[in-house]
Amino acid sequence: MYRDSLSIALTGSGGSGVMTTGSLLLEAAAKAGLYGFMSRSAGPQIRGGEAAAVIRLASEPTESADDSFDLVLAIDPGSMTRFLAEIPLRPDSLVISDAEAGRRGGDLPDVPAQVLDLPMQKLAKTVKGGRPNMIALGALAKMLGVPGDSIYSVLEKTLKSKGPDVLEASWACVQAGLIAAEELPVFVVPALTGETGIERWSITGNEAAGLGAIRGGIRFVAAYPITPATELLEWLATSLPKVGGVLVQAEDELASINQIIGASFGGTPALTATSGPGLALMTESMGLAVCAEVPAVIIDVMRCGPSTGIATKSEQSDLNIALNGLHGDAPHLVLAPTSVTDCVFTTQWAVHLAEAMQTAVIVLSDQSLGQTQAIVKRPAAFSFSSRRLVPERFDGLYQRYAVGGSGVSPMAIPGQAGGQYTADGLEHNQAGTPSSLPEDHYTQLEKRQRKINEFDYGQHWADLEGTGSTAVVTWGSATGPVREALSRLRRQGKDIRLISLRLLAPDRPQEMARALTGVNRLLVVEQSHSRQFHRYLRSVYDLPADVRVFNRPGPLSFRPMEIVQQLTDWAEEVTA
Amino acid sequence: MNHDTLPVQLQPKEYKSAIKPVWCPGCGDFGVLGSLTKALAGLQIRPENAAIISGIGCSSRMPTYLSTYGFHGVHGRALALATGLKTARPDLTVIATGGDGDGFSIGGNHFLHTCRRNPDLTYIVMDNQVYGMTKGQASPTTDPNWQKGKLTPAGTGINPFQPLVIALASGANFIARCSSSDSNGTAKILMEAIRHPGFSLVQILSPCVTFRPEQSEWKHMLEPSPKEPTSDPAEAARRLLKDHGLYTGILYLGNRPVYQPKLESTIDNIEDFDEEFRL
Repeated sequence: MYRDSLSIALTGSGGSGVMTTGSLLLEAAAKAGLYGFMSRSAGPQIRGGEAAAVIRLASEPTESADDSFDLVLAIDPGSMTRFLAEIPLRPDSLVISDAEAGRRGGDLPDVPAQVLDLPMQKLAKTVKGGRPNMIALGALAKMLGVPGDSIYSVLEKTLKSKGPDVLEASWACVQAGLIAAEELPVFVVPALTGETGIERWSITGNEAAGLGAIRGGIRFVAAYPITPATELLEWLATSLPKVGGVLVQAEDELASINQIIGASFGGTPALTATSGPGLALMTESMGLAVCAEVPAVIIDVMRCGPSTGIATKSEQSDLNIALNGLHGDAPHLVLAPTSVTDCVFTTQWAVHLAEAMQTAVIVLSDQSLGQTQAIVKRPAAFSFSSRRLVPERFDGLYQRYAVGGSGVSPMAIPGQAGGQYTADGLEHNQAGTPSSLPEDHYTQLEKRQRKINEFDYGQHWADLEGTGSTAVVTWGSATGPVREALSRLRRQGKDIRLISLRLLAPDRPQEMARALTGVNRLLVVEQSHSRQFHRYLRSVYDLPADVRVFNRPGPLSFRPMEIVQQLTDWAEEVTA
Repeated sequence: MNHDTLPVQLQPKEYKSAIKPVWCPGCGDFGVLGSLTKALAGLQIRPENAAIISGIGCSSRMPTYLSTYGFHGVHGRALALATGLKTARPDLTVIATGGDGDGFSIGGNHFLHTCRRNPDLTYIVMDNQVYGMTKGQASPTTDPNWQKGKLTPAGTGINPFQPLVIALASGANFIARCSSSDSNGTAKILMEAIRHPGFSLVQILSPCVTFRPEQSEWKHMLEPSPKEPTSDPAEAARRLLKDHGLYTGILYLGNRPVYQPKLESTIDNIEDFDEEFRL
């Protein structure tokens, strides 16, 4: 059976190696010329519990989950129970289970699909040091037509640190799996022919954000571990020292944000990354960065809230706190990457903007971007020329908070003789001296607002595609399924516009008015229960008269079909 | 300040800014400001190479009154700001200043962990056992029976925080106690604290003339420690635990390794990272 994309889920108990298997399969398929991604779904357990690797392989780049799954491989059959809602099946979907493993560790639940048996545990026992997940890998390679040498090369790369015995046992299992799968159906996704010379990467959103940070010039990071931002920090912890930077594991998020403000005050571009609970702790000091005008980048890899919420799963519900969580009038920037690849660009841009405007920039990534490993074309390298405005010489009285044209005033760096000043969270006059005079407050409030309102953000404020009179406005990880839905509609001859905001704040009324010119129906798509994005759009933009909202809280991601359905139903209602 | 006009040999007054302190007349913090300028002059640290970092409270206003670089941040986070600055800019002399509430109550966690981490910072805590800026509430170092605190009219009834004992247990590398009324003696100890590698804690008893007028007696009660400074943590712990809180001088001189990551690049080109992701 040939198709242009294939959705696969691997489920198992935690520690059964489904993530490793999924990642190896994805990389091997990528070596054979395919695109695709793997996202992770796991329970809260540290070890044990259940985990699912959710994979889509495709002939062309994709970052959206499909409507349903073609193939599920349940290494531990009982583990499937927890993921029934996250893995929609069709009557012709195929579930491969291991009946014997099921008898011991919990049976496969009733699934609305065909079920076939593969004795992965039994086969693994025939190999010394063998593991069922490697049997699964071999079987999948056979069914998907992934060449053995691709599998071997990724296996060798991943397992080389574990020694020759582990590699040998794994390879023996893969071969056993290949043989055992000979009777199983074959699903082949053809690689695009003629795509030579295109450099492709395998990268997660968290790694991509880390790379963007380093490309942007970040050399100091302080952070406190938190799911699902931890991998971003782990990547930076080993990568920053290579460029003369450092990551400090701080005692809490209050320390993290203040350490980066301290480092940035000293002239070193600085960043922290966290998730919702950490962002909440940081808000007071983000106001300090705004008031004292110290560049600071804060990445929030969002998860389901409120409170501890669902730490391992994605949601777009920190928008409110990111936009409005700072006390006082504290103008700052809020950005969001629109894809895994875009985590590189948006984070690099965030560093550039923070440095150029000397303020706090929040980047809203989320679990589904951060922990998704995607096969992508090499992210373009952007070089931003603008750096922090630092005085070159001091003629007469230096005023740190001088009110110039753009609102950005030259920032002296410790060590510069003649530039000494005290950065202050107290309201101050232009010299930086604390002041409670109304005129100083107005002047400085106005300066801090003006510098971010009047900045030229160029075309990066949003991804705009299509020209139709119906538009979908969305942001962040919801962009993937919206893009795929619109591409399906386009194939049916229906042109629907996409507006995916990368710059959430400050608002861009003129650019938005242009983007909405000729639009009479607008569908808002967002992953939050209280329609945070919709409320925000209403509060700052003039929207068309006819607006609908398709929203859902996490953790279930949007399926392209659902968005197609929303738009099709709406069009039919209008026609009727 | 124009650098070109600074004399070769800097005097204490050259470390003062032109801004008049908000402190009450007679406040001990004036004395600390004087001692700090003497110490900076004593070490001839150029004003542009020093940064004074603080949080919130009367004594946290200190940076504004100096001609160095300064950062007056949010309540309780001076040590985090200072750690970030010193880690990224080890060439600077970084001094954190603040009070007992800022450092030991709202900033208590950072106090513990900065002692543990042991960056090369000096932390000056002007301890007056009261919250002055919010007009007279009990602080972590207040006596449990003090009944003039407006939020604790029956006294706090809880054990006072012992900063020097806790600093020692947490890993501070230099511990001293001074008096704001002993300008030259305090300046000398501050010079030692700044010179000593690692995290140096200097508790300066600095009377609040407004809310704790009885503290003006401190200058008659404080006395130099009868013992030479020790480098033995166990001996220092024994002394500090028996201490009546009124001995001044250097009380502990440690030799723990200093926290300072190397900031040296090992790759030539940022594009070297691409290799990690390339298929």
